[in-house]
Amino acid sequence: MEHMYLYIGLAAAFGLFMAWGIGANDVANAMATSIGARVLTLKQALLVAAIFEFAGAVLAGGQVTSTIRKGMFDASLLSGSPEIMVFGMLAALLAAATWLLIASNMGWPVSTTHSIVGAIIGFAVAGIGMDAVNWGKVGQIAMSWVISPLTAGMVAYLLFTSVQRLVLETPTPLANAKKYVPIYMFAAGFFLTLVTLFKGLKHVGLDLTVVQSYAVATAVGILITIVGSYFVQKITLPEGASRAAEFASVERVFGVLMVITACAMAFAHGSNDVANAVGPVAAVISVAQTGEVLQNSPLPLWVLMLGGVGIVIGLATYGRFVIETVGRNITHLTPSRGFAAELAAAGTVVIASGTGMPISTTHTLVGAVMGVGIARGIAALNLGVVRSIFLSWIITLPAGALLSIIFFHILRTLLG
Amino acid sequence: MAVRNYFSQIFASSPINGIGQHMQKVHDCANELPEFIDAACLSDFTAARKVHEQIEELEHAADDIKRKLRLNLPQTIFMPVARADLLDLITAQDRIANRTKDISGLILGRKLPIPDVIQDNLREFTQRSVDASAQAFKSVSELSELFESGFRGTEVQVMEAMIATLDEIESDTDRLEVEIREKLYTVEDQYSPIDVMFLYKTIDGIGEIANLSQTVGSRLQLILAR
Repeated sequence: MEHMYLYIGLAAAFGLFMAWGIGANDVANAMATSIGARVLTLKQALLVAAIFEFAGAVLAGGQVTSTIRKGMFDASLLSGSPEIMVFGMLAALLAAATWLLIASNMGWPVSTTHSIVGAIIGFAVAGIGMDAVNWGKVGQIAMSWVISPLTAGMVAYLLFTSVQRLVLETPTPLANAKKYVPIYMFAAGFFLTLVTLFKGLKHVGLDLTVVQSYAVATAVGILITIVGSYFVQKITLPEGASRAAEFASVERVFGVLMVITACAMAFAHGSNDVANAVGPVAAVISVAQTGEVLQNSPLPLWVLMLGGVGIVIGLATYGRFVIETVGRNITHLTPSRGFAAELAAAGTVVIASGTGMPISTTHTLVGAVMGVGIARGIAALNLGVVRSIFLSWIITLPAGALLSIIFFHILRTLLG
Repeated sequence: MAVRNYFSQIFASSPINGIGQHMQKVHDCANELPEFIDAACLSDFTAARKVHEQIEELEHAADDIKRKLRLNLPQTIFMPVARADLLDLITAQDRIANRTKDISGLILGRKLPIPDVIQDNLREFTQRSVDASAQAFKSVSELSELFESGFRGTEVQVMEAMIATLDEIESDTDRLEVEIREKLYTVEDQYSPIDVMFLYKTIDGIGEIANLSQTVGSRLQLILAR
């Protein structure tokens, strides 16, 4: 294809920019609960986020990427004019990134996922036609935006209720915390590994059977439990300590667990949100290299890695300031609550990643926090802010679409 | 670029510490009353004035905390307890300080003479009423533990036991109030009728401190029961 390197270069640059934006703003939400609960220092949080965002993006980011690049519209309609696909995807990336930049500057609650989905639909409608949009799939995605916070909320409610039953309301909360926290650790490690393995790691050269997957997940779960238990057992309480001191020790036990769920959260976020940046990039590369619009071209691993790197750079350059602010603002969220919210959200997001649903990690986490709140776990929540977060996509979808249409026409005029 | 993050804003500031601080001030205020009554029994109204000023100051401090608390509890806040219950609790707490100020103001304003025969009873009665306020303070302090445990289990029992003790103290004060009224009745003819009227009013007021402390306890019970 003509201008192949220009297109690939532009796509990589825009994709990197978008990934930077995700790392700069979005990751802070995913890590916020851990830092607010004071289980990780800023440096540790950055390290955890960098490693697990990258791992999540590379190991489990493929499915959603596939949905973003080709799931929402019928690309075969563009087989005669592949450059439209290139312009459209570039425009969508630029639109989503721009909207994110504007919104985060204004402090508006905006999801990267909603921005890119809106932008791609916008391009598909303007560049190809109303009928080109796979409305069934778009409807499914929209449904997943409703279902994911609800699911996370329900799971978080159940998790925190189980913590109340098994630990907090017993006469010996510390002893019970030490007894049950390792089980939560195992559950977190086992479940996330299993979901990640099930949707296949063929693209990194790992192909496991179902039995093998279960075996590996169990091994990972046990390993995490052993390491976590080591730290948990070190937490002791002097004889005759007050109830308040005992609760403080209980929270330290859950703090160890929350380090693990923080990793899970970063992994989940990477697996779902990297697609928002690299999905369009993958589409452009495929078209530019072959000159055709292919439906089944494989996803190059380096594209996922590009997204992972972009997220980490965004985190290191700007995200750390956001994370610092977040850590100062969130108080009163103790590890016994934070872990429940994080584990519920991470589990929901990873399942969504496995089924290729681009969902908003932040919405899912807000849903999980609400779940803990309904279980009487959080002292005070601002319902007004919660409402504005949940309603934000009503504005973000059309805004992303509109910007995308504008950029599409500009790019077609300039490059076409 | 401004560093802002909307996610962290879903967490509102917890009213619990503020409620504890408010009750602390309220109890500090009520706790001045025995010293004030001592001074009044000795007709040392210079000393009484000093204590009264202290009481006023504490009552104002409690008012300030109350105002801040109410401002921080908008309709859109979501808490593990009903917002109305918390507001009622704050109001109940606040009335203890108000009543304390009323009593000291009344005695001081009239330089009310206190009959010798009831002085010992009055001291005991006042102390017991202030004990009720102390117990209410202790129970309110337990609230943070309840938030910690998510309103379940052992903490709930601890709180219920505290409220039961508070009820016992309150019935003690009822008994003491009857005794002191009986004594005053036997000597009331020897004093100015208006003074006697205000003495009865003072006794009422002091008993009211125990009653209001009990109200704080029952508000706490409502919070538990949800």
